[in-house]
This record gives sequence, structure tokens and C-alpha cells, in this order.
Amino acid sequence: MSIALSIVYLFAAVSFIYGLKLLGHPETAKRGNTIAATGMIVAILGTLVLHELTVTPFVYILIGIAILLGTIIGWVIAVKVEMTKMPELVSLFNGFGGASAVLIGLVEFGNNIGNTSQMATIVAAIFIGGTTFSGSMIAWAKLAGKMWKDIRLPKYNLINNIVLLGLLAFAVFIVLYASDNTLYAYLLMLVALLYGVLLVIPIGGADMPVVISLLNSLTGIAAAITGVLYGNMVMLMGGILVGSAGLILTFAMCEAMNRSLGNVIFGAFGEEEAHAEHAHHATKGVIKKTTVSDVAILMNYSQRIIVVPGYGLAVAQAQHAIHELEQILESRGIEIKYAIHPVAGRMPGHMNVLLAETNVEYDKLAEMEDVNPEFANTDVVFVVGANDVVNPAAHNDPASPIYGMPILDVENAKQIIVNKRSMKPGYAGIENELFYNPKTSMLFGDAKSTIQELITELKGM
Amino acid sequence: MTEVLDFIRTNLELIYIIILIIFIGIEVIKHIPAVLHTPLMSGANALSGVVIVGAILVMLHADPENYLALGLGFLAVVLGIINVVGGFAVTNRMLEMFKKKK
Repeated sequence: MSIALSIVYLFAAVSFIYGLKLLGHPETAKRGNTIAATGMIVAILGTLVLHELTVTPFVYILIGIAILLGTIIGWVIAVKVEMTKMPELVSLFNGFGGASAVLIGLVEFGNNIGNTSQMATIVAAIFIGGTTFSGSMIAWAKLAGKMWKDIRLPKYNLINNIVLLGLLAFAVFIVLYASDNTLYAYLLMLVALLYGVLLVIPIGGADMPVVISLLNSLTGIAAAITGVLYGNMVMLMGGILVGSAGLILTFAMCEAMNRSLGNVIFGAFGEEEAHAEHAHHATKGVIKKTTVSDVAILMNYSQRIIVVPGYGLAVAQAQHAIHELEQILESRGIEIKYAIHPVAGRMPGHMNVLLAETNVEYDKLAEMEDVNPEFANTDVVFVVGANDVVNPAAHNDPASPIYGMPILDVENAKQIIVNKRSMKPGYAGIENELFYNPKTSMLFGDAKSTIQELITELKGM
Repeated sequence: MTEVLDFIRTNLELIYIIILIIFIGIEVIKHIPAVLHTPLMSGANALSGVVIVGAILVMLHADPENYLALGLGFLAVVLGIINVVGGFAVTNRMLEMFKKKK
């Protein structure tokens, strides 16, 4: 490797670390992204221009076409995607990265027949890349609503672990005894793909962000392994950086959702029944229904309103409607703000992105710790499509699966309006006693159409 | 056992680097506000697209007659660059929206 290329890689690696660092703070995040992207462009151009190999124009043209094609596709997807579709988009892109690692592994397997020392890294790249690719594709399909049910084979944990052990044994076997036949590389890829499918298929939609974050971390590791293969420092550093940062992010998400990683991956089964049983016991009291016109009147004569947006709002794509409602109420001198739970939306931090898209003012988005003391002197809390994040059981029911999760203390407000499609429990699968609170009125209906009706009603007042 | 020791001896620098980067990754991400989880995940995802460098190397190393290697390499470059360009572009789009309301 020429010294010029080494310097280019060094620059890129430093820009990755610095960029990721800046990404972690709201004021500098955008600059961080630009810096990391610049490092990536420099690394790619450097690889293309500064290598010391003899390459025919035909290959150059092919590479040029591939880069152009991929850039156009990636750019178009990124510009067109709706912000509500962010979880599946990240998953899709991540799968592509994993697939890229598998393909590299397949080619290099053929190039390194019989070379045991290189074989370990090649096999690991196929293994991890394959699992990440199929796992991400399943996650994408589930989040995009192309696959409805969480398919759970009987004893799926056992099956998954057996497949994983078999996969590991097969990988070791190839490295030690069978590194002379490319057929094994393809077989290994197939088993890795199967494992990725089995791993993600039983996991529920609400836990999917954690899985994506984990798979993202794995893609980083696959990239790092290919870096070892080529003795390429920028791949190694970038990959390991994403691997460890992704893992920490995974744990941070789990913490915000009051779940453990083991619980997400292995826990879905037996727990389900426990939840159902619990829900059964907790059902009590009567719920009070209300109508759009009643809520409109109530809001119109309030002084302070806090909106609690949740998953249901994201799914119904009601973020623009809620912003319009906010503007109408504001124009009538009503103080209104949003209380954002850290895990509101379809993935942690997603609600901030969605509301940002509709130009909601930054100072109207209140974080949980800041807004909780304010509920006591709030006239109306409007809960839209949120459930578990406002469930008082997190405070006062030690038997509840969400006990201990930080929540928004909406029950302290004078009136609570809850907009939901039905009485169906949230993803934790438990009843919410907030709905039976005497101060609570339920406004059933799809978030988007309900809010639009509210707007029409308010405009007529 | 001797193989393991030999491996450690020959790859000592590599092991040092990997361990240090793991710690850097943890330190850089620790205490990140939940507001930024979504953009950060998408940004980290774009970074993992660094695998594109390997995909390009596959093609550069490939024998121009070896159509299988070129074909697989081509696909690897396309997929890798989608990951990189799409990832950074969409992260930028998200952060752009955060910014303009300041």
C-alpha cells in the first residue's frame, strides 16, 4: 500500500471517530454526519485512485457503473422516504451492507483456497454478513407490514441455538478441513441466511429497533473482519467503531424501553402468557367515552394543554394533523406543548424526528424529566396513540412487566383525553389503569381522522 | 495453545488497536440523549457501509476474465454504496429538520 493511501485512510479513520463523536450532541450532529461522510468519500476515492495494481479500463468502467448506480439508488431512496418509515429504511440499508460483506467473502474464498490463516476471516465475514443480511431483510419486511405475524416455531429458542451451534461447528470445519472447495462457502452462506431468518422471525414489532441496532453493530463487525482480511485499517477502525457504538446504542435503547437484550431476543415466548394472565387480572372499573365535539369544546376553553404523542400517532401518520391542531389552539391563546417520552414513536428518538418534520417549534418539545412536574397545573392532557409510556402501573404495580420504566405522569393533570383506536393493550400487552381513571375520557378512532375532525370542529367555534 | 500464543504474538498490534477502538466507540456513544437515537443509528449504519472499500478492492484485484468474481464484486459495490450514500443522506435529512427550528 502506498504511503499516500495510508495517509488517506488515516484521515478517514480519524474523521469517523470525530464525526461519530459530534453526532452524539444535538448542536453538532449535522456537522458530525458531514465529517463522517467526507471521510467515507475520501476513503473510497483514495482506494480507487491510489492503489498500486494493474487494472484494465474494463474493470474501472464496471466499478464506475456500480458506484453510479448505487449512488443514484441510495440517494433517491433517502430523499423520497417518509420519516415514519425510518426504522425499516435503516434495516434495509443495513441488510445491504451485510450482503456486501457476504459477496466479498464469497469471492475471496475462491481467491484463498487452502490458505488457512485467511480462511478464518473469510468464513467469519460470510457467517456474520449472511446472518445480518437475512435478519435485516426479515426486520424490514416486518416493519414495512409485509409480514404480519410474529412466527414462532415451537421451542424456537432451542432450534435457534442448535442452528447457531451447527453454524459455528460448520464454520470451524471449513477453516480446518474444507477450505479447498468453494461449494462450502455457498453452503455456509445458506445456513447463515437461515439463522438470520430464525433469529429475527419471532421478535415482535416494537422490539424491532433494538434488533436493528444489534444487526447494525454486527454489520460493523463484518466490515471490520473484511478489513483484517485486506489489512485495511480504515475498514477495521470504521467497522469496530460501529460494532462497539452500535452495541452501546442497543443497550441504551433496551434501557429506555425497560427491557434487557436477552429478554428481547430470547424472551418473547413464555413471557407472552404471563402478560396475558396479568392483563386479565388488572381489568377493572368502567371507561368513559367522549365525542369529538366535547373534546373540541374542552380544549377551546382550556388554558394549558399537553399533547402526548405515541406509536399510534406515528403509524396513523398524524404528525401533520397534530401540528395543525396545535397551531389553531395556539392562535386562540392556549398554551400547548408536546411531552416526548424517549421511546415514543416507532423507535427511540423517532417522535422528535417526526415532529421536527412538521416544523413544530423546538421549544414546544418537552422531554420527560422537564415536563413531568408540569402536568399538575395542566388543564388537558391529550394522549394520542400512546399507551405503555403513560401507564401508572410502571409506578405502582411491582408485578407489572413495565414496573420501573420511567413514564409521563399524565394522571396528575386535571383532565385526560386518550385517543386510541380500541381498548387493545400496547405492546407490553398489559391493561392500562389510566383508562379507568375518573379524570380520563376515551376518544376512540384513528389518530389522523380523529384529529382532523377535531380541527374542523374547532374551526367552527 | 502454542498456536494461540503465536497468533497473539504476530497480531499484537492489531489486538491493541481493536481493544482501543472498542473503548473509543463506547466512550463516544455513552450518555447520548434519546432525542438522537434515531439519527445516530442511521449515521452508524452509514458508517458500517465502509465495507464498500473491500468491495472495490475485490473488483480491483479480480482477474478481468473472472466474470464470477467481477459479477459478485459489482453487486457488492452497488449494495455497499447504497448503504453509504443512502445512510448519510437520510441522516442528513433528519438532522436538517432538527436544525431549522432552532
